[in-house]
Amino acid sequence: MIPAKFDYVRPSSVEDAVEALRQGGEDAKILAGGQSLLPVLRLRLAAPSVIIDLGGIPELRGVREDGDRIAIGAMTPHHDVMRDDLVKQHVALLGQATETVADPQVRHRGTLGGALAHADPAGDLGAPALALDAEFVIAGSSGRRTVSAAEFFVDYFTTAIGEGEILTEIRFPRYTGWKSHYEKFNRTAQAWSMVAVAAALKVDGGTISEARVGLTNMGTTPIRATGVEQALVGQPATADAVRAAAERATEGTAAPSDADAAADYREHLARVLTGRAVLAAAG
Amino acid sequence: MAEVRVTVDGVNYADDVEPRTLLVQYLRERLGKTGTLVGCDTSNCGACTVHLNGQSVKSCSVLAVQADGGEVTTIEGLARDGKLHPMQEAFNECHGLQCGYCTPGMIMAAIDLLGDNPDPDEQEVREGIEGNLCRCTGYQNIVRAVQSAAQKMRPGAAAEQAPAPVAGGGN
Amino acid sequence: MTTTADPTTHEIGNARTRKEDARLITGRTRYTDSITPSGTLYLAVVRSPLAHATITNINAEAARSAPGVFGVYTAADLGAEGIGLPCAWPVTPDQKAPQRPLLAVNTVHFAGEGVAVVVARTAAEAKDAADLVEVDYDPLDPVLDMEAAAADGANLVHPDLGTNVSATWVFDSAEAGTGNSVADAIAAAEADPDQIVVRRRFRQQRLIPAFMEPRSVVVDPTGEQITMWSSTQVPHILRTMTTVTTGIPESKLRVIAPDVGGGFGGKIGVVPEEMLCVLVAQKLGKPVKWTETRSESLLAAHHGRDQIQDITITAKKDGTVTGLDVSLLADMGAYLGLVGPGVPILGAFMFNSIYKIPAYRFTCRNVFTTKTITDAYRGAGRPEATFAIERIMDELANELGRDPLELREQNWISHEEFPFTTVCGLTYDTGNYEAATAKATELFDYAGLRREQEERRRNNDPVQLGIGISTFTEMCGLAPSRVLGSLSYGAGGWEAASIRMLATGKVEVITGASGHGQGHETAFSQIVADQLGVPFEDVEVLHGDTQISPKGLDTYGSRSLVVGGIAIVKAAEKVVAKAKKLAAHLLEANEDDIEFSNGFFSVKGTDKGKAIQELAFAAFMAHDYPEDMEPSLDSDAVFDPENFSFPHGTHLAAIEVDTETGRVKLRHYVCVDDVGTVVNPLIVEGQVHGGLAQGIAQALFEEANYDESGTLVNGTFVDYTLPSAADLPSFTTGVSSNPATSNPLGVKGVGEAGTIASTPAIVNGVIDALRHLGVNEVEMPTTPQRVWRAIQEAQGRSTQETPVDTHSPGAGLGSIDPNNPQGEVQ
Repeated sequence: MIPAKFDYVRPSSVEDAVEALRQGGEDAKILAGGQSLLPVLRLRLAAPSVIIDLGGIPELRGVREDGDRIAIGAMTPHHDVMRDDLVKQHVALLGQATETVADPQVRHRGTLGGALAHADPAGDLGAPALALDAEFVIAGSSGRRTVSAAEFFVDYFTTAIGEGEILTEIRFPRYTGWKSHYEKFNRTAQAWSMVAVAAALKVDGGTISEARVGLTNMGTTPIRATGVEQALVGQPATADAVRAAAERATEGTAAPSDADAAADYREHLARVLTGRAVLAAAG
Repeated sequence: MAEVRVTVDGVNYADDVEPRTLLVQYLRERLGKTGTLVGCDTSNCGACTVHLNGQSVKSCSVLAVQADGGEVTTIEGLARDGKLHPMQEAFNECHGLQCGYCTPGMIMAAIDLLGDNPDPDEQEVREGIEGNLCRCTGYQNIVRAVQSAAQKMRPGAAAEQAPAPVAGGGN
Repeated sequence: MTTTADPTTHEIGNARTRKEDARLITGRTRYTDSITPSGTLYLAVVRSPLAHATITNINAEAARSAPGVFGVYTAADLGAEGIGLPCAWPVTPDQKAPQRPLLAVNTVHFAGEGVAVVVARTAAEAKDAADLVEVDYDPLDPVLDMEAAAADGANLVHPDLGTNVSATWVFDSAEAGTGNSVADAIAAAEADPDQIVVRRRFRQQRLIPAFMEPRSVVVDPTGEQITMWSSTQVPHILRTMTTVTTGIPESKLRVIAPDVGGGFGGKIGVVPEEMLCVLVAQKLGKPVKWTETRSESLLAAHHGRDQIQDITITAKKDGTVTGLDVSLLADMGAYLGLVGPGVPILGAFMFNSIYKIPAYRFTCRNVFTTKTITDAYRGAGRPEATFAIERIMDELANELGRDPLELREQNWISHEEFPFTTVCGLTYDTGNYEAATAKATELFDYAGLRREQEERRRNNDPVQLGIGISTFTEMCGLAPSRVLGSLSYGAGGWEAASIRMLATGKVEVITGASGHGQGHETAFSQIVADQLGVPFEDVEVLHGDTQISPKGLDTYGSRSLVVGGIAIVKAAEKVVAKAKKLAAHLLEANEDDIEFSNGFFSVKGTDKGKAIQELAFAAFMAHDYPEDMEPSLDSDAVFDPENFSFPHGTHLAAIEVDTETGRVKLRHYVCVDDVGTVVNPLIVEGQVHGGLAQGIAQALFEEANYDESGTLVNGTFVDYTLPSAADLPSFTTGVSSNPATSNPLGVKGVGEAGTIASTPAIVNGVIDALRHLGVNEVEMPTTPQRVWRAIQEAQGRSTQETPVDTHSPGAGLGSIDPNNPQGEVQ
């Protein structure tokens, strides 16, 4: 099926993109990797008047060190993120979650910024971004601003990116030496996460000294399992201790119900998978 | 209309297209590259997989204008001087296809996979082609074909392997 | 000129790589959507979003004036209000069959039904304009639950029929004189403390065939004959039925099934869009193409299965089965498909399967609902039957505390008892269930896995092991025409073949079977190479075009080899007979002294002889041939089988169930099948693999769901979850061959075997893993959630009701409200 008609612009700078967005108004749509947008257009579930393709802006692509942060351009494809040495070394959890996104072809085109800005609650990159306290750099006509992950995810498919703004970069603190794991549960390899858990741990001498846990698809946004984090700190990385802490995984969640999983089952999965994710991370 | 300049299977093209034209539509309808097929509208099936700048992509989820300035290889561009690509040979030898509809995309995905991982084990092959659906084979002989091609394509494996893998898998 | 071959080895049994691959692996293909005659216009269908509604108004003004639009047509605009699509199978004389219109007239009966068509210069313009057609509907209550639909006072899908029950079809072995009365057997079992009655209800969920190539049709009205290319399994049936439907003389119509990307029964129908393209092409005098999108395909192409099965089995406490009662409800959807009503009936003869069951009764009610029609899907009736009998045998074994394999053996037909006439009156010619089972259990390490299962149970392992068993047989080679006649089917079951001996020694084989992935070109070449003693490479198999292959009944029901292949053998025998006569004449010998071997006709006791290619050339030259023969070796044959063939096999699945999450993992799968003579082991193995994957997918992954308003919830591949390579293991397949005696090659058919046998093997395995926890049933597909809930319920923990028909906002496209796509999609 073919999308409805639209105009197309391919700006070569962030400033031009912001200007194009201003001119395009409400019906303008940003095209990043297009791996969610193109299917939506083909099904004619959306019919924007103009598509602004960020693919021509070199600045938005790549992973770099920026002081104590690892900065990833919003247009960096998943394939590049998961293979990047800086990511592997300092933000391994993000790389692990990225490996589970869709399939190789989609990972070649799909981008970190596109996925995060799309903010599908079943998407796999929100939970690690939230758990790892990522910062989101957003450009608009009045310059750039930075919002925390906690502020970024607002609702289903809704983020802190305002009208006329573009996500340009995602910045992560360094988690060098941390252990991490992304535990994904889906019905088939192609299916989206029913529930998934992102876990990163700092383990000192067998004791968990810091913990970050994020949940995928347990609410309208990615959710930080702070109760689990608190319960883990100071505990030995043993099965019993971890499972006990994982019982708190559903605190603050609002699990959706659908044909694949009603809320009670999702809550159960969140507890089981949290235990598994933390144990695998501690592995 | 937007202009697209693209090299497909070694031939340069310059065309005006509607921005909404999908890459696969451009290939099939404008260039007559009907070897690349369309099986779904949600980028699940992978039948439309081609290589864009050396990486496998689903050409139903790329606009033709996004390929501007790029290089595309389709199933029709794999064989060189009448000599099949080792992956094509392996699909035949291992009975890795039945109706053939998923085959072009499957072969293009598999070549890309070997570019990334020249010696995948069974599970790695299965995960490497998870973006391509096949309804006929149950995948077993496809997996066998990919592993067999990997053997053939290993450096120094066989003297007669004329065509190098077209895509590098792109890192 | 071809040189004489030296075929010292037989082709049959040879694992030839496929001839057809050369074009398929290079993209040198010709699927229907790739065929675009000059001047082609594109057709798009405006479909109803509602399951049941009265059409109150259609406003096509905006669409008509949109760029590139040639016309917008309703049924009335095309003069098609009186046209109904054919149903070829009136299963009972009083079957209720509503008119199945090309486009809805006044009332829509399922979501996805066509209401109007738009024809434009490009596919994109056709779709753009289709979006501009405004249709006003007055909603009616949908009819979704087949049990409620069959009840008295139900809301009616077609009020003029007065009922939602299309037909009730009954087979009773006592009435047929083929066995005892099942009512007596049940009464006796209920009265006898040494007998047992086990009753279960199973559900065959609604499935979607989901062939990879979306359906497509191109109709070119230019020239003297109308040419129709269609992505169909049945070009010959399509031609005849197009004539029946539109009145175009059959002789003015040429139907071509070019490369066809899979069917699995899903392309056996005659569909509205094919007829619409014919009507529109005739009206406009231009070629017209329609290619469906995947979402259209999932919505409007026919679905499969969808039965409720109430099964009662009676047995002595020593395990001997005494009776089987089967009561089915089968959802036809909104109308009757081409063979839809016959699909459950094809299963009627297979519920008794491989067992000696003395009393049997089968009752099926075909029911209308406001859903997409159902029709053939791989196995068609036989997977449903096999599932029910294999599940109930496990239940019986459990009730009796017996090993399920042992209980099966106690009741199956032993190999000394063949040929065996069953309680349905079918005569199984050959089989050896003991041999297949022995081989399978050995490959599987049945005893070792039972030990591991015990250990995991003892240790209360979170991952439990189940062993799933399915022994099966099926009736293949559809079909003896007289049997089809007795079932009131609207055609015969023969197949046609022709062989043309070309002047240069090459051989053209024309078959009426229309392959779409099975490997006909290769397997038939092997048969002909052996029959005529010509090189495999010299045989060209032609099919799928009614101008080349004017006679045929196409491909379904594992019939191509068993019926079509034998027709080829019969044609080859005639070629050889003619060649022998010509050889005798040219060699000045008595015909009785001519021996034929490996393509060479020799005079007994001499070194004189002629190769078949030389004789083909001599016939072409026609300078010297016997007076009482025509100068041609070409021959035709039509083969009508005398009996079905009965492949069988034993399938074993090792299933791991994660009791914490409910996830089912298929760890190991072994099957040993008896498909008779194997023409090409490579192709047979491929057919088994693919069949297994589809059967396993029914057990684990796939289901078409409707919401309470009658909208298909799984409208894309995001929601209708086909397994990918990462979701399946490798299978261990074995062969135990007992050639069929019903045909000269000894072949039995293999296309459906894997699908038929694997579904119950998986579900039996899932339940076997959980039986000790108190679980006796998990509905298909056995999703993690269903398995988890079954465990919770068995353990006395209540859980929440699952909304089967809704989407949470997440998880991709299905989540996005079509009317209000929200968020920043990038």
